[in-house]
Amino acid sequence: MEDALSARLCPVLILIVYLYKEFLNVNKNNLKDPDRDYLFLSKGHDVPALYGTFAEIGFIEKERLKNHLKTNDFIYWHPNRNIPGIEFHSGSLGHLLSVATGVAIDCKLRKQNNKIVVILGDGELDEGSVWEAALVAGAKKLDNLIAVVDRNHFQANIETEKLIPLNPISDKFEAFGWKTKSCDGHSFEELEKAFSEFPIETGKPNLIIAETRRGKGLPSIEARADRWFANFTNDEVEMLLKELHGGKITELTSETIVAR
Amino acid sequence: MTYEEILKDLVDKDERFMILTAENRAAIRNLPDKIGDRFIDTGITEQTMVGVAAGLALRGRIPVAHALASFLTMRAFEFIRTDVGIGNLPVKLVGGFSGFLSEANGPTHQAIEDVSIMRGIPNVNVFCPADEEDMLIGLRKVMESPEPFYIRYNNIKPVYKHSEKFEIGKAEVVSEGKDVTIIVYGVLFGQAVEAKEILEKKGLSVGLINLRTVKPVDEEAILNAAVNSKLLVTLEDHFITGGLYSITAELFLRNKIMCDVLPIALKDSWFKPALLQDVLEYEGFTGKKIADRIFNYK
Repeated sequence: MEDALSARLCPVLILIVYLYKEFLNVNKNNLKDPDRDYLFLSKGHDVPALYGTFAEIGFIEKERLKNHLKTNDFIYWHPNRNIPGIEFHSGSLGHLLSVATGVAIDCKLRKQNNKIVVILGDGELDEGSVWEAALVAGAKKLDNLIAVVDRNHFQANIETEKLIPLNPISDKFEAFGWKTKSCDGHSFEELEKAFSEFPIETGKPNLIIAETRRGKGLPSIEARADRWFANFTNDEVEMLLKELHGGKITELTSETIVAR
Repeated sequence: MTYEEILKDLVDKDERFMILTAENRAAIRNLPDKIGDRFIDTGITEQTMVGVAAGLALRGRIPVAHALASFLTMRAFEFIRTDVGIGNLPVKLVGGFSGFLSEANGPTHQAIEDVSIMRGIPNVNVFCPADEEDMLIGLRKVMESPEPFYIRYNNIKPVYKHSEKFEIGKAEVVSEGKDVTIIVYGVLFGQAVEAKEILEKKGLSVGLINLRTVKPVDEEAILNAAVNSKLLVTLEDHFITGGLYSITAELFLRNKIMCDVLPIALKDSWFKPALLQDVLEYEGFTGKKIADRIFNYK
């Protein structure tokens, strides 16, 4: 049973729920419609947030989540197109801003008014290909493209600013011809405000920096790099749920996973 | 029709075709004015160009993406493998100045492992035409295939009238020979024709196979040559590892065939940068030198 509960605590969950519920014109009936809005999860390791959301909004059967990591299905640690709603596979960082740029170029060519959203990790911004694509998207004036940076201030092992400092992210993208905004990525109201104005400026790609905390609301795991990719025991999950709703701090004893 | 004219024709008649480049316009210089927004130059960004091509393919397009072969296949390798290969998207990757065609550019520009690394990606096919005419004969079928392709662009003037009959996975069997069969792909085809003539003057019966597509490869043509000729020669402007010699070895091992094979390829070093004819002389790949090596085998 622990396998089914193995989880990555995704700081983008609120963002993803907001996008699918409020922002994107995509639902289980228009998944093949060329006019739909697109969401690309470039930081593919946050895919559990998509699986859960997709089950809730009916892209996949809830039952199917039980196939997590099973060989009879495709619900593994990174996104792939065998799951309805996943637009493209990811896992290798620094790819989907380019792919989304291609989709955005085509939507412009076909004079569509749809939106193309791509979620990037802040650590992912280390990859040179992100900046290559940012340069190209700026040059091609893709104001139908919205990149969202999940600014959780951590990468796999360390705080971003202690390794390769990324700040100021906003100035960097603006210098590449983008228009940027920041918001609290855990607040539906703030997200709503950030996404209300679109495009932020005509003729410029949009960047939204969503400020998040990994493990937000769960003091026992918040800002603990060893607890974001973990197999929790059933008891721990029960206690974490209570903790989330104001219960006492969970004492975690399950083995930590060193994945990367 | 020229290469450009065929691309323009495809773009005009089929809305799926898009022409991309990472600022390498040698082969498509005149297209921007003629096809407007169906032409996309992403700048010197091989990775992004391949990612963009994948995005366009997701939208139903057939992107034809151009860059120098070494940077296309190596700088952008992981994008090709991950986005085009895993995605099995109909992206056509056109590598310019591959193999000896990089001439005097030096080792940075020498794509002489491109066939090896491209054929190693599941779903990705490889087309290595012998010369400009051979390329144009096969171009439409390759472009219209629903599968990804890597194309070794080759605008060398033809020395031989090629068969108009082109099929992906079928070699052009120029001749069959009892003594020796030269199997070749790409730009060295002309030298192979010359070597064949020299050897025939010396009384040998010489077969010549122009592979055209290296993946899928025409296994039957190679196996027939192995059975009917005393000696096989694999001839390529490529490292000896991973290219035609390796393909032949894999094929023979799988079919339990033992025979004499003389590989003529680049052995573990980059070639001397110079103009093509001088490269051929220096590295021993002229028709005459190839013929000598074959004649003196054993």
